[in-house]
Amino acid sequence: MAEIPMLQVKDLWVEVEGKEVLKGVNLTIPVGETHVLFGRNGSGKTSLLMTIMGFPQYRVRHGKILFKGEDITELPPYERAKKGIGIMFQRPPSIKGVKLKEMLELCARQNGYRIRELAQEFGFERFLEREVNLGFSGGELKKSELLQLLAQDPDLALIDEPESGVDMENIEVIGRMIRKLLQKDTHRPRQKSGLIITHTGFILKYVPADRGYVMLDGKIYCQGNPQEIFEGIQKHGYEECLKCLRRMETPLNL
Amino acid sequence: MSEKNGNPVESLKVEEFVPAKAVEPPKSVDELTEEERARLKEVGIDLEAEDKLGLFIQADCGVVSCQCAPEGLELLPITEALKKYDWLREQYLWKAVPAEKDEFTKITAEDLDNGYFIRVFPGEKVIYPLQTCLYIRTDRVAQRVHNIVIVEEGAELHIITGCTTHPHVTSGLHIGVSEFYVKKDAKFTYTMIHEWGENVHVRPRTGIWVEEGGVVVSNYISLDKVGSIQAFPTCRLKGRGAVGQFNSIIAAPEKAHLDLGSRVILEAPETRAEIVSRTVCYGGEVIARGHLVGKAPEIKAHLECQGLMLTDKGYILAIPELEAHVANVDMSHEAAVGKIAREEIEYLMARGLNEEEATSLVVRGFLNVRIEGLPPELQEKIDQAIEESRKGM
Repeated sequence: MAEIPMLQVKDLWVEVEGKEVLKGVNLTIPVGETHVLFGRNGSGKTSLLMTIMGFPQYRVRHGKILFKGEDITELPPYERAKKGIGIMFQRPPSIKGVKLKEMLELCARQNGYRIRELAQEFGFERFLEREVNLGFSGGELKKSELLQLLAQDPDLALIDEPESGVDMENIEVIGRMIRKLLQKDTHRPRQKSGLIITHTGFILKYVPADRGYVMLDGKIYCQGNPQEIFEGIQKHGYEECLKCLRRMETPLNL
Repeated sequence: MSEKNGNPVESLKVEEFVPAKAVEPPKSVDELTEEERARLKEVGIDLEAEDKLGLFIQADCGVVSCQCAPEGLELLPITEALKKYDWLREQYLWKAVPAEKDEFTKITAEDLDNGYFIRVFPGEKVIYPLQTCLYIRTDRVAQRVHNIVIVEEGAELHIITGCTTHPHVTSGLHIGVSEFYVKKDAKFTYTMIHEWGENVHVRPRTGIWVEEGGVVVSNYISLDKVGSIQAFPTCRLKGRGAVGQFNSIIAAPEKAHLDLGSRVILEAPETRAEIVSRTVCYGGEVIARGHLVGKAPEIKAHLECQGLMLTDKGYILAIPELEAHVANVDMSHEAAVGKIAREEIEYLMARGLNEEEATSLVVRGFLNVRIEGLPPELQEKIDQAIEESRKGM
């Protein structure tokens, strides 16, 4: 019998404030795999992540989200977090008066992770006493987010544009953090799965992925080897993706 | 108390309360019950603590503790100090707060219950916080208190004051006149934690004079149920380079009427002042005031007034005022009243906190004002008070 996938998204239609943002998305991520979602700004990538996490303004009109085989479509975000889904926000808010250390302790309250060691490992110790995300630079925000996710230790990590606004010096550290999060450096069988959004694709240099998709106008159209898809997009742009799809005429049913 | 166009209208009748002197006070702290001790602990007064170095407790009209271990300062009930020192009456009593200011100062001037007198000798730095406690023990009592603190030249003093009532007291009136004199290059921090009962009315009247190079930091915390509080401490920065900092951390539950704020008058050149207030409204009525008066050149003053409305009941009225009398001043204010940001709550929910936990964390963070130069013991007390109040939020 095949192993139950980490995540199954089935014919998902979602609207935000009356506007349709996802139009029948299908997606399956097996245990231990990392999938990458390419697509232009506004194609629905972030909406998909936010819907998987369960934010109420993303209203599911049709379809299902299964996590480890269980239907979680109706669960609030904190229940999903407790079950093992974590999200890295692209633009996280700051929380005044709350130290990053406290936040990490809250994230780790189910697994007792050692916060200070974790921060030390990625050179982020001096931020522990700072207020969460307040006045953080682009790279610091990403590290803060990933540290929180590492403390939370989810089985499925949803990662939104990890390289945006990050300088070259920091992108290596961020890659290292994601690899740790997704158990990329451990021996198989790997238990952690990931879904990474990128529109530049640079993160692929640091984090190996198993499968790639192209998202256009609220639908997933194309799937395949992530590196090949990325190279195609780099060479021809998303316009070519559209043309290719028209040639194929049928959207893929994954 | 109510307000009309931001002006307080006093509706409290002093005659309706029992004078504290009509009630027999306890003779010592030994008469306080376990329940009372626990209550005092909530406002930071720990009778069991081994390391307390100075402790003043007044229950109703009686001083039940007035002990002082550290050298370099004198602590006395004010009634004794007035008998002992003629200069106290001549130079300090009713100088920073005028006796004829209002009906509450008048009746305190007429017949005083007690209060504390603290004087730190020149150059003495008393780092460990002194504890003072004003406690209403009997129902319907009106307590009249007058405190005088003198921090002499180059000296330093930290006080934590916990004000509370017996757990079974349902109503009472506390009138607390405080006059603080901070001399040249002296430093004084004053942290007051209020935890009164639902029908207790509180009328502090505070005046502070700060001389050249002196620093005063005042922290006021009221997070619990209370009938009404009306307080507007006024600080005069009288000498060049004097500094005044006023922080208020306030929660207004339903039925609470709070009219709170501070006024700093910058009378000398190069003086600096900052007023910071954080208010959370759970259905009570809050007027958050701040008044900065610039009367000398090259002064710098800032006022920050932030409010969080958590329900549709009650109100927050923020009244930040800047008043400049000379050309060369730098004065600013920012005031904001709003609700909790939805995205912050959702952010925390994605980390596994349910909505209630997320809200309480955001509120606690909002109230969490870091105060520079505060001894760690005092910061801990403030953190504790906020943490305690979180349970009720």
